[in-house]
Amino acid sequence: MNQQQLIPHLFRTEYRKIVSVIAKRFGFEYLEVAEDIASDTFLTASQSWGLNGIPENPTAWLYNVSSNKAKNYLQRHNVFEGKVVPAIKRDSVDERTEEIDLSPQNINDSQLKMMFAICHPSIPRDAQVGLSLRILCGFGIEEIADAFLTNKETINKRLFRAKEKLREENIKIELPPDADIETRLDTVLTTIYLLFNEGYYSMSQDKTVRKELCFEAMRLCTMLVENSATNKPQVNALLSLMCFHASRFDARVDTRGQLILYDDQDVNLWNTDLISKGGYFLNAAASGNRISKYHLEAGIAYWNTRKEDTHEKWENILQLYNQLLQIEYSPIAALNRTYALSKANGREEAILEANKLDLHDNHFYYLLLGELYGALDKTKARTNFEKAYSLAKTQLEKHTIQKKIDEL
Amino acid sequence: MEEYVLLMRLDILTKGAQPSPEQMQQYMKQYQDWVGGIAAQNKFVGGTGLSTEGRVFKSNNVITDGPFAEIKESIAGFITVRAKDFDEASKFAQACPILKGDGNTVELRKIVSVHEKGQ
Repeated sequence: MNQQQLIPHLFRTEYRKIVSVIAKRFGFEYLEVAEDIASDTFLTASQSWGLNGIPENPTAWLYNVSSNKAKNYLQRHNVFEGKVVPAIKRDSVDERTEEIDLSPQNINDSQLKMMFAICHPSIPRDAQVGLSLRILCGFGIEEIADAFLTNKETINKRLFRAKEKLREENIKIELPPDADIETRLDTVLTTIYLLFNEGYYSMSQDKTVRKELCFEAMRLCTMLVENSATNKPQVNALLSLMCFHASRFDARVDTRGQLILYDDQDVNLWNTDLISKGGYFLNAAASGNRISKYHLEAGIAYWNTRKEDTHEKWENILQLYNQLLQIEYSPIAALNRTYALSKANGREEAILEANKLDLHDNHFYYLLLGELYGALDKTKARTNFEKAYSLAKTQLEKHTIQKKIDEL
Repeated sequence: MEEYVLLMRLDILTKGAQPSPEQMQQYMKQYQDWVGGIAAQNKFVGGTGLSTEGRVFKSNNVITDGPFAEIKESIAGFITVRAKDFDEASKFAQACPILKGDGNTVELRKIVSVHEKGQ
């Protein structure tokens, strides 16, 4: 790897670690300082490495420089604070004279605590995802803007407000007490899942960015699995679910970035390594007595990695959707459940059930009805597909629906 | 939207009346498909099955073991649904698969909170 590739690569992997360690040490009120120190370290690297060549151990070099910069800041800052602010926090000032600890253990520890702090319930959802991308995944503002299909200015504003909120609420960079872990973990998992979905379902054309989003989400979840305080069944279930989904990443998008539907996917492109990992974490999730929605979704994703159209497969998927809907309703789950019903119990029953759904502004609803009527009543199938066509939002969707009409 | 509770009563104690494991699996599927259908309409609020263990407390400090009243059918479970009126809730109740069994009943009751009553 040459310097031009190395620095962006290290930025992605090391920036977040430096920020987490320094911010945990200084506290959230100095989050921007931590970000500045980390950015500044990379600036120094690009200048110095350009002149003197790449050091033997680039990562250690970065840790060393950032740690010195942090210490310098503290020294200057302590002088300032000593004059202006009467020494209230003697203890924390003492602690600040120590070395900056960039050991692997403290890096992991800091990132884990940072995750819980960012996913604090008082921070709005989209800001949690944005902050996670920035601080936990080391994404650039432009990349975040691209992932959200918006501009840099919007993202900057959103992150600024979120950081303000972190300070206002005086949120500490620490793990919640044991009694709160389960509830707080729910928010963390939601954010990780949103992050994953942002990559998996994003309209962004940049496949690399999207794939990285997915893998970053999986990396964060892996950190939770590796820590005994957070290694809970629902965390394993979410990781399993993401492995199963990610296994189809290369099969579901063609070279031009167009979506390939499940039925048309080349099974040879499914990543068997990720499928077996998914199976491993699904087994690990099978303890305790609480079934989370991630367990159910992972179960559905598991059956979807088996392409043969067996009755067993669809009966299992139907029952998983039945349970999922009782935990959390969503239109897409209702539609998928009805599709599974048609496969397990027959089209007639599914049509009856589909007609009870009040999803008349949803093009997927008419797409489903079109599918269900397909072999039974071509006229009704056509009417429904045409309705789906008129409601579809993107050209790609319209194109897919038109193909279905032509095939009738 | 109003909320209704569906109380499902069946004989869960008489040995001879209990289904075989295979039948049980079939009944559970029918039950789950029924609840899943209500949930797919976003009309499921909550609910649960109940175990056969229980106690009945009566006036004058009388306590009896068992989840029974004066009839052999006990409450086996209940679910709460959202419905716009009694008619819609009745449709859910009538489709309950336990009604395929002789003597089984589903009792439909509209939920009124204690506070509402007091007003």
